[in-house]
Amino acid sequence: MHKKVTFRGVALPLALLLPQLAITAVFFLWPAGQALYQSVLRQDPFGLRTTFVGLANFERLFSDPLYLNAFQVTLVFSIAVTAIGLSLALLLAVMADRVIKGASGYKTLLVMPYAVAPAVAGVLWWFLFNPSIGLFAHALRAVGVDWNHLLNGDQAMILVVVAAVWKQISYNFLFFLAGLQAIPKSLIEAAAIDGAGPFKRFWTIVFPLLSPTAFFLLVVNVTYAFFDTFQIIHATTSGGPGQATTILVYKVYSDGFVGLDLGGSAAQSVVLMAIVIVLTIVQFRWIERRVQY
Amino acid sequence: MVENRPVLTILRHLVLGLGVVIVLFPVWVAFVASTHPQAALMSGAAPLLPGDRLVENYSRLLASGMSQAGGTPVGLMLLNSFIMALLIATGKIAVSLVSAFAIVYFRFPFRMVAFWIIFLTLMLPVEVRILPTFEVIADLGMLNSYAGLTIPLVASATATFLFRQFYLTIPDELAEAARMDGAGPMRFFRDILLPLSRTNIAAIFVIMFLFGWNQYLWPLIVTTDESYTTIVMGIYRMVNVSDEQPQWHLVMATAMLALLPPVVVILVMQRLFVKGLVETEK
Amino acid sequence: MAGIGIRDVVKRYGDTKVIHGVSIDVADGELIVIVGPSGCGKSTLLRMVAGLEDITGGEVSIDGRVVNRLEPKDRNIAMVFQNYALYPHMSVYDNMAYGLKIAGLSKEAIRARVDKAATMLQLQPYLDRKPRQLSGGQRQRVAMGRCIVREPAAFLFDEPLSNLDAKLRVQMRLEIRQLQRSLGTTSLYVTHDQVEAMTLADRLVVMNAGVAEQIDTPMNVYLHPATTFVAGFIGSPAMNFMPGRLGADGRAVTLDTGAPLRALPEPIAGHGEKAVTIGVRPEHLTLVGSEAAELTLRVGVVETLGADTLVHGALLDKGQAVVPVAGEGGEVLAARLPGNVAVREGDTLPLRVVEGALHVFDRETGRRLADV
Repeated sequence: MHKKVTFRGVALPLALLLPQLAITAVFFLWPAGQALYQSVLRQDPFGLRTTFVGLANFERLFSDPLYLNAFQVTLVFSIAVTAIGLSLALLLAVMADRVIKGASGYKTLLVMPYAVAPAVAGVLWWFLFNPSIGLFAHALRAVGVDWNHLLNGDQAMILVVVAAVWKQISYNFLFFLAGLQAIPKSLIEAAAIDGAGPFKRFWTIVFPLLSPTAFFLLVVNVTYAFFDTFQIIHATTSGGPGQATTILVYKVYSDGFVGLDLGGSAAQSVVLMAIVIVLTIVQFRWIERRVQY
Repeated sequence: MVENRPVLTILRHLVLGLGVVIVLFPVWVAFVASTHPQAALMSGAAPLLPGDRLVENYSRLLASGMSQAGGTPVGLMLLNSFIMALLIATGKIAVSLVSAFAIVYFRFPFRMVAFWIIFLTLMLPVEVRILPTFEVIADLGMLNSYAGLTIPLVASATATFLFRQFYLTIPDELAEAARMDGAGPMRFFRDILLPLSRTNIAAIFVIMFLFGWNQYLWPLIVTTDESYTTIVMGIYRMVNVSDEQPQWHLVMATAMLALLPPVVVILVMQRLFVKGLVETEK
Repeated sequence: MAGIGIRDVVKRYGDTKVIHGVSIDVADGELIVIVGPSGCGKSTLLRMVAGLEDITGGEVSIDGRVVNRLEPKDRNIAMVFQNYALYPHMSVYDNMAYGLKIAGLSKEAIRARVDKAATMLQLQPYLDRKPRQLSGGQRQRVAMGRCIVREPAAFLFDEPLSNLDAKLRVQMRLEIRQLQRSLGTTSLYVTHDQVEAMTLADRLVVMNAGVAEQIDTPMNVYLHPATTFVAGFIGSPAMNFMPGRLGADGRAVTLDTGAPLRALPEPIAGHGEKAVTIGVRPEHLTLVGSEAAELTLRVGVVETLGADTLVHGALLDKGQAVVPVAGEGGEVLAARLPGNVAVREGDTLPLRVVEGALHVFDRETGRRLADV
């Protein structure tokens, strides 16, 4: 964090920071403050009068079965996306690590989904699972599964999880690969000389050394599942059917923008911001620790 | 690997091959669909092999767009996306380069406060505080403008962080030597720091270009004027048509066009991209 | 009179004082080497002269002008850094020219100066190369060249040779010495390598824990170390230290083991009988017949260097018991014997101290005992 050498002056560094700080203040801090402020107010239906209601919005929120449902949906969704995404990526990275012919070719292709917008990823899978013409829907029907995510909430959830995992796999893969390649070859060789076979080596040497990377990816993936997947849901299921795929961040949007419940939406924003801040601090701690070594 | 086991090698190829198929399959199917006439996608399973309408579908889209989506030509959407991505990437890099410089190379009151403000608040995704942010944009009269589309996204914790990390790896002696040579802070920034940051700038440019190109909710809410439609949000308007089946062949063609530029960028600049991505977070 | 004056300079970081009032006068054209272990404050002192660190107290003057408040660029100095600090993206030419460009010299003047320095340093063929395309020695020369072109009042060197391999270090050491002589530029040179310090310096400053323990010519520092620290730091292998007593006459010296050593040639007057630390350099011990022995060494490790043989072992008293010694390898005595001496582990060697080679230090203060 600290340089031994510094330049003198106060005005110059502040001027250099000004653009960033100004944008942050106007488009981040101010709205966040507004959300905080509105979360303790309630507007009458005609928007004529606002009254201070204290924590009533939060009380209402946490006694609202729909909101609690969104919490549960988010939990299921995040756990599924994180667990599946990480295990698949780890498997692929372990396979692509070390020299096998064509490793760089595989890597090039596996990196591709990162470039695809989540919304587009959602639409691609939406099309594959389309109940009337989707290839996967047809294939599933052939083995006796009646696929219709427009009606079946569980199936809609599976669909968004698949799209979200697909989109995130490149990112996880690249980080696992970088982590694997940072493990000194001599360690693996030492273990081999000690008589450990490939699988034993993986579990006793490689995996523990990879755990910092894995932890970092865990946090990143939870953040991703909580917030960045909004696009996928918005572009495909719109939170439905019923509320089966309404995750928290989608609910903030739909209650606020569509339902125009200012106080309720603001309270939801505040809850989400608290979650983000916790995740960010955890992540930042990790980064700082890594930086020192 | 330490030992060479043919069985393991085959397993590796098998797993990786399967991974690649999973990754590529949706894109392939979308491409195939975009080369067929609408009739081929009305009933039954979607085709697996390309049809003969490639040129026709794409030229129609680029020129006049889809009637269901208000007829905005996809060419214009691509242009909008391109402008937006370029402005955001350039802006983020410019803003972050100087912020990181101030944070690393100066000591001033509230330095750590500034640091934390940047890192904490920028982590708040737009989706979380969408309503109040929208109000700010509306109050500032920035709806339906490139300024509204890009300026709020120009502040960047990620890029600032990357440049900060990079500056920290530059030996202190270089700044000292520059001071002995009589270079002031801005001269040092221009003559030494910027040229040394070239690779990092390129790497972060790739990432931020993708970030800008793939924006979705933000353009969706700050623009209502069709002429500002970007390609990624355009897809939403095409899929969510009321009462009828989407024109899948055109939707898929649009999806192909939406993902082609970023995919090309990522493939061409792969080394830079991977470096930028992995080192930002390391 | 382009000298450097350092007067009672103090450096403090918060509550920690790292330099405790150091004064050095560097005469015009002189090369002074500051030597000391890492953390002794030598680099900090140099950086204060350079203007890279603030001066907490005292005064630094260059060329007769107090520079405490001046920016580095206004101090009329140039500095060679430990890792050279060459701008990696600039050619050799641009590296040398950068400071001159900022100073606003004309293109022709810059070219003339750089060409002259490059010729002097045999860098002409490399002017268009980038630093990474150069060898370590060449980079070192570019760093020198960057200083020379500025034609400063003084050169500052911060451990400039520590990144080179041993052979190159010797060669560059000579080059720096020749260059400094022929340019006649006042120089301050920091190193932790005592050989470098001895060979380069007109005068040495031995620093320890923020204090200049001794300032003198290399030979005087070697022959008359002012403190046990200096005595132990300069010379390799390090001086052996043994507890002993100075007799009331100021000449008789006895080890605490009871063994008398040869009396001092010149008495140290005015101390009376006193507990002292006796220092003997390994090269001042010679092998003698057992009847003439002052010390008996039981051989532990033998290092054969060709020209010399280094013997490390335990000092024995008359009853063959081991006596503690503070020497190079801990509590052992070291002796540098001729290369043709055949010794083996376990041998007992009778040794005698060369005439006039005893160093006597106050046991309390560690200072060299002198006439009071």
